[in-house]
Amino acid sequence: MNFLMEIREGLDISWDAIRSNKMRSVLTTLGIIIGIVTVTLMGAAIRGLNTAFSNSISAVGTDVFYVQKFSWFSEDPWWKVRNRREIYLADGQSFMRNANPAWVTSLESVGIATVKRGDNAATGVVLVGTTEEEPVTSSLNLSEGRFLTAAEVDGSRPVCVIGSDLSTNFFPFGSAVGKTVRINDANFEIVGVLERRGKFLGLENLDNSIYVPVTRFVRRLSFFPGIRIAVKVGSLSKIEDSKEEVRGVMRKVRRLAPGDEDDFGVNSLEKLIEKFQQLSGIIGSVGLFITGLSLFVGGIGIMNIMFVSVAERTREIGIRKAIGARRRTILLQFLIEAATLCLVGGLIGLAIAWTAIFAVRTFLPASLSPVIVAVSLVTSILTGLAAGFFPAWRAARMDPVDALRNE
Amino acid sequence: MGGEVVHALRQLSLEIQRGEYVAIMGPSGSGKSTLMNLIGCLDTPSSGQYELNGVQVGDMDDNQLAAIRNKEIGFVFQTFNLLARSDALRNVELPLVYAGIPSEERRQIALKALDNVGLTDRIHHKPNELSGGQRQRVAVARALVNQPSILLADEPTGNLDSKTGSEIMGLFEQLFRQGNTLIVVTHEEEIARMARRIIRLRDGLVASDERIGDSKIPEQTAGHPGTSPAAGPRSLTPGSSLA
Repeated sequence: MNFLMEIREGLDISWDAIRSNKMRSVLTTLGIIIGIVTVTLMGAAIRGLNTAFSNSISAVGTDVFYVQKFSWFSEDPWWKVRNRREIYLADGQSFMRNANPAWVTSLESVGIATVKRGDNAATGVVLVGTTEEEPVTSSLNLSEGRFLTAAEVDGSRPVCVIGSDLSTNFFPFGSAVGKTVRINDANFEIVGVLERRGKFLGLENLDNSIYVPVTRFVRRLSFFPGIRIAVKVGSLSKIEDSKEEVRGVMRKVRRLAPGDEDDFGVNSLEKLIEKFQQLSGIIGSVGLFITGLSLFVGGIGIMNIMFVSVAERTREIGIRKAIGARRRTILLQFLIEAATLCLVGGLIGLAIAWTAIFAVRTFLPASLSPVIVAVSLVTSILTGLAAGFFPAWRAARMDPVDALRNE
Repeated sequence: MGGEVVHALRQLSLEIQRGEYVAIMGPSGSGKSTLMNLIGCLDTPSSGQYELNGVQVGDMDDNQLAAIRNKEIGFVFQTFNLLARSDALRNVELPLVYAGIPSEERRQIALKALDNVGLTDRIHHKPNELSGGQRQRVAVARALVNQPSILLADEPTGNLDSKTGSEIMGLFEQLFRQGNTLIVVTHEEEIARMARRIIRLRDGLVASDERIGDSKIPEQTAGHPGTSPAAGPRSLTPGSSLA
C-alpha cells in the first residue's frame, strides 16, 4: 500500500470520525481556533505596522540627513547636550553656501497653527517653514500650481503651499491657487496645492499641512528660532561617507576646533528604521510567544481528545490490524485525524482573523499576507501532528489480540 | 497440491490440508483461542514453528504478520467486527485497501464478493441497518475478498439465532465446496459436525482428531483462486506456552 493511498484513506477515515463526533470536534478545535486567531492577528498587526512604517519612510527616502540640535538616538546624558547652541537660520544659510553642490538642501522649522479662510478655520495644522528645495528633500508632489521659489524665500514673501486637506476643506469647488488664507491674522497667497499623501504610520495625517517661506516663519510666525537642515545626498551607496561629509560641513559652520565635540546631531531615517525594526522585532517575538502559548494549550486539547479517540476505537484498531493494517497505516490514520482537526481549526481561525482584520483596517495598519496565511495553516497542521503523535503511536503499537478483545 | 499442516501443542503436530473443512473444539482454557490466534497470525508462538504455505511465520515482525493476515487469512468473528461507521461495501473493500488495490478495481472485487454472499442489494447499508445474519455475510465477504488461504471463523454462529446460524453454516458448506479452506472454532457440537474434520483440544493438547463424511472433494473442483500452485505445507509446532 503506497504512501499517497494511505494518506487518502487516512483523510477519509478521519473526516468520518470528525463528522460523527461533531460537537466534540468543534469544542476540541476551539482551542486551536483561538490559538490561530491570536497568532494570526499578532502577525498581521506586526506586518501591518512594518509595512506602514516602510511605506511612510520610503516616501521620504533614506538618503536624507537631518542636521539638528540633538541626535535622535544619542547616548550622551541630557546635562551634556541641553546647553547646545540653537541652529539658527543663519547657520543653515551658511551650511548651504558650504554644501557639496551635489546635495539638495532645505531648511525647515515646524510648528502648529490655526489657518483661516473667511469664517472657516482649520486648527492643528502643521505649519512648515521651509525653502524652495523642500519638494526634493521631503518627496512632495504638487497637484496644482508650484512650490515656493528661492526669491519668495529670500524675500520672506507671504505666500504658501497647502496640503490637500486644507484645499478640499476651504476650496471644495474651485482652484485654491491665487486665493488667500490667514495664518495668525496675516494673509498668505496660495501658490500651490500638494498631492494627497495619506497618514504617517497610518495614524498621523500628513495632508493637514501648510508650507511657508522659512524666513517669514522664523521672523513672524514662530516663538522658537531653531531650524533643522535637511540634506538629500542623493546616493545610498556611500551613506556613511556622506554622513561624515555633512558633519564636516556643519562643524565648519559652527567653527568647531578639531578637538571639540559636535554640538549638533546628524540624524538619518536609516537609524530610525533600524531602531524601529529592533523594537518591532522584540514586540513581535514576545507577542508571538504569548499567543503561541494559546496554540500550545489548544494542542494539548487535541492530544487529550486523540487519546480518548484511540481508546474508544481500540476495537476498530484491532479489526483493522486483523485484516492487514500495518503499524504505519494506523499511525498515519490517527496523525491525519489530529492534523485534520487542527487544520479545520486553523481555517476557521483564519476566517475569523481575516474578518477582524477587515473590520479594523480602516483605522489600524494591519494586513493578512499569503505568507501569514501559509504559516498559520502549516503551524496548525504541525500542532496537530505533534499533539497527535503520542496517541497515534499508542494506537499503532496495540496488540491486535488485546485490541480485538476490548469491548 | 500443497497441504496445510498444524504440528500441534506438546508432542503433537497438526497438518491441515488445503481445501479442508476443520472444526476446532474444546472447553474454555483448552487453548483453542491461542491456537486460533496462532493460525490467524495475530500472535506468534514463543517457541515452536508455524509454517503457512511453506513460509515460516513464527519469527516475523508485526508488519510482516500484518501483510500475511491481509493476504492469507480471512477472519470471521462471533461479534462480526464490522466497522460501524462504514457501509457494507466499504467494510468489504477494507482488506483490499490495505493490500494497495486501486479504488475502481477494489470496488469491482468487493461488489463481486458481496454478490457471492447474496447481499447485492445491501451494499450501501451500514452494519446497524443489517440483520445479524446479513452482518455475518458481510464479514464473510470481507474475509474472502482477498482470496485468502484460510477462512478462520471464531464461533461464527455464536451471536445468531439458530435459523440464521444454519444459513451461515450453509454458506460455509458452499464455500467449502468451492474449494476454500475453512477452520471453524466452536464449542457447539452441532456446528462442528458440519465440518469434515473435528480437532478436540483439552488442556493444550489435541485430545482427538477425527475425520467425518466426504472430507476430500475432487481436486479439479477445488478451484479456490487464492491457492498458488507453489504453496507448500503448513505446520505448527507450538511450545509449552500453548498449554
